[in-house]
Amino acid sequence: MSRRTHHHAQQGRAGSSRHDGGPRAGLKALGLRSPGLTPSRPASSGLTRRSLLSAGIFAPAAALLSSCGDTGRTPADTLRVMDSYSNDPDYGIIGEALQQAADTVGVKLQRVAVSGQSLIQRVLQQGSSGTLPDILMLDNPDLQQIAATTALRSFDELGIPTAGYHDGVLDAGTYDGQVYGVVPTVNTIALFCRTAMFEDAGLDYPRTWEELRRCATDLTQGTRYGIAFCGNATYEGTWQFLPFFWSNGGDERHIGTPEAAEALGLLSDLVQEGSASSSVLNWGQADVKDQFVAGRAAMMINGPWQLPELSGLEDLDYEIVELPVRDSAQRSVAPLGGEAWTVPATGDRDKEELAAAVLTEFLSDSSVLSMAEQRFTVPGRPGLTAEFLRRRPEMDTFTDLIPDARARTAQLGEDWPTTASALYTAVQLAVSGQATPAEALHRAEEYV
Amino acid sequence: MSITSVHEATTAPTAPGQRGEGHAAPRVSARASAWRHRLVTALFIGPAVLYMLLFFGYPVVQNVIMGFQHYTITTFFTGEAPWAGWSNYTEVLTSPLFRTAAANTVIFTVGSILGQFLCGLGLALFFRRRFPLSGALRSLILLPWLIPLIVASAVWKWLLDTDAGALNRVLIGSGLVESGIPWLSSTGLALFTVIMVNIWIGIPFNAVILHGGLQTIPQELYEAGSIDGTSRWQAFRHITWPMLRPVVSVVLVLGVVYTLKVLDIILGLTEGGPANATQTLATQAYQLSFATFDFGQGAAVSNILILISLLFAAVYLRLNRRPVDE
Repeated sequence: MSRRTHHHAQQGRAGSSRHDGGPRAGLKALGLRSPGLTPSRPASSGLTRRSLLSAGIFAPAAALLSSCGDTGRTPADTLRVMDSYSNDPDYGIIGEALQQAADTVGVKLQRVAVSGQSLIQRVLQQGSSGTLPDILMLDNPDLQQIAATTALRSFDELGIPTAGYHDGVLDAGTYDGQVYGVVPTVNTIALFCRTAMFEDAGLDYPRTWEELRRCATDLTQGTRYGIAFCGNATYEGTWQFLPFFWSNGGDERHIGTPEAAEALGLLSDLVQEGSASSSVLNWGQADVKDQFVAGRAAMMINGPWQLPELSGLEDLDYEIVELPVRDSAQRSVAPLGGEAWTVPATGDRDKEELAAAVLTEFLSDSSVLSMAEQRFTVPGRPGLTAEFLRRRPEMDTFTDLIPDARARTAQLGEDWPTTASALYTAVQLAVSGQATPAEALHRAEEYV
Repeated sequence: MSITSVHEATTAPTAPGQRGEGHAAPRVSARASAWRHRLVTALFIGPAVLYMLLFFGYPVVQNVIMGFQHYTITTFFTGEAPWAGWSNYTEVLTSPLFRTAAANTVIFTVGSILGQFLCGLGLALFFRRRFPLSGALRSLILLPWLIPLIVASAVWKWLLDTDAGALNRVLIGSGLVESGIPWLSSTGLALFTVIMVNIWIGIPFNAVILHGGLQTIPQELYEAGSIDGTSRWQAFRHITWPMLRPVVSVVLVLGVVYTLKVLDIILGLTEGGPANATQTLATQAYQLSFATFDFGQGAAVSNILILISLLFAAVYLRLNRRPVDE
């Protein structure tokens, strides 16, 4: 597989110094020893040597094979869980919620948290070796692709309640008419504004693109840019472009429309006019947050997962508002983010039932509210919004956005990744000034 | 053949009792010893062959096959990979990205190799002289090599940031430039910058091997040269360079093979951006396989890359063999 070749590339580079000294040293050693070795050994010791040798070769292989078989087997009352909340505080919060659900059902959990980037690769490995966990977390845009492989059990068959969720949540979790996973708490992106900087400049928070451009220009001073956003060549760049694209009537099934070009024009203008650094082409969302915190950007586009860190900073006052729209009559359409929980088809009916029971508890009102409150994410069910806002009033902008938030895979399902790459390619082409927005979208469409 | 005769000579005396029992016996023992010799040979070669087949042969063959299949996420779960013929290759080769990636790969490889080699050679020549702390300094050159590539690229990304990066701060502070240079965010500069970082990483490899090569040149040649009154340049041109040639070709060929498949540095610095300005065949293969999950097309691109590397590997083997033949 290509990944293996690349890995090899890295090792080859590091190992080449050894390689260079190797042959000569090795030859010398052989040349010194070989004359004395071959002739004078009696046959019997040759036999021993042979058997020793073969034992040496096969013993590790045998050990490897036998140990492989064992890892897939866990006791009947233990469920295996895999997710990508590998860092605290998320690791602990999710772990606690899972544990509570498991205690209620009366099972034990064996949880593995891997990094977000390697989750899909792990899922693929486990899928091909038949060792998928009993409960699996997936990023919501990946869910339909995995569901399309028949690797997941339908929630309706398992009896996990799927009523009362936001439309976007169900869109993300549905493949071919069946719900295969739901997102307990969701997120999206909005505009973060430094209060003091706006007051100094005597500006109101922007609600239209025109106002956004003016604010960004006025707030650009010295080493400070008006706005920071993420326009890099990954799905994060796509994710940050989507609210402008969708709010202006863009359609991911045909990206080369005038509406899409207008949205892209906004981002490229911000950079070309100098209100945003051209480094947005390389920044991830964490880099954007760093710029904002360091005062090198008066506004940023980012999500509530930054709040735990931002709220811990003393003299950082900011306001979160909805992302501006072109025409004030338009509604801001936000992309839906968040991680879905699923039950893989492991073939073990009893464990699938147990997993369904645990997930039902995990998705209960109190469990979802507690996770939402601690992780600054919005409950996936509108019925919980009022109680959530009572606990987290500062999240009101996000709770306003979620009812209209759109799932990335709602239209294209498992074909989304190709369009997602085309969209970030368009962003890169336009923002770097390689092409006009319309041209950029047209050229990117060729990739689809 | 010569080893076999040694075998016969040594094994025959160890069985003196057999000699009188008929003249067929020696031939049997000869055959047995030949067979045993073949077995011993097989046992010596066996592990290496097994290892090669398992860890090199199998993945390469799999990758070649995968290039002809519609290999997607579903394949991992169902095991079904429909035969795709050459369609992966035609799709990849006709995609607008391929030409950019191929051109970038050539520029990246040639640029990196030139820079690495010249700097490495310069440093190797410099460190041939002995001076205080030369040993310590020589080991310091290895530093870039000791840092994990992904860490190195993360640090470089910081240093090269347009607005807050240390490099631009220094340049602005010293009055050399007015505003920050967009090292990684300009489509015109990004490839150059990535090449520079890759040169920095590759210098130790070149310097160390070339330095090793320089050590093998006998000092007498230079002494003889100095008696004849050669200048320093003449000494390099007529003694050092010809004597170093075999090492140079090995360094260059290995360098090409390593550089062709560089992936982590580019992913760490630019993710192939801005606007595909630093997209190479290696990053394209990675993104096809692990971002869009089209493993078939990803395999097709990496097969093309393997083929190019193999060409250079063949060159390397030829170059390596010649000294033995002579």
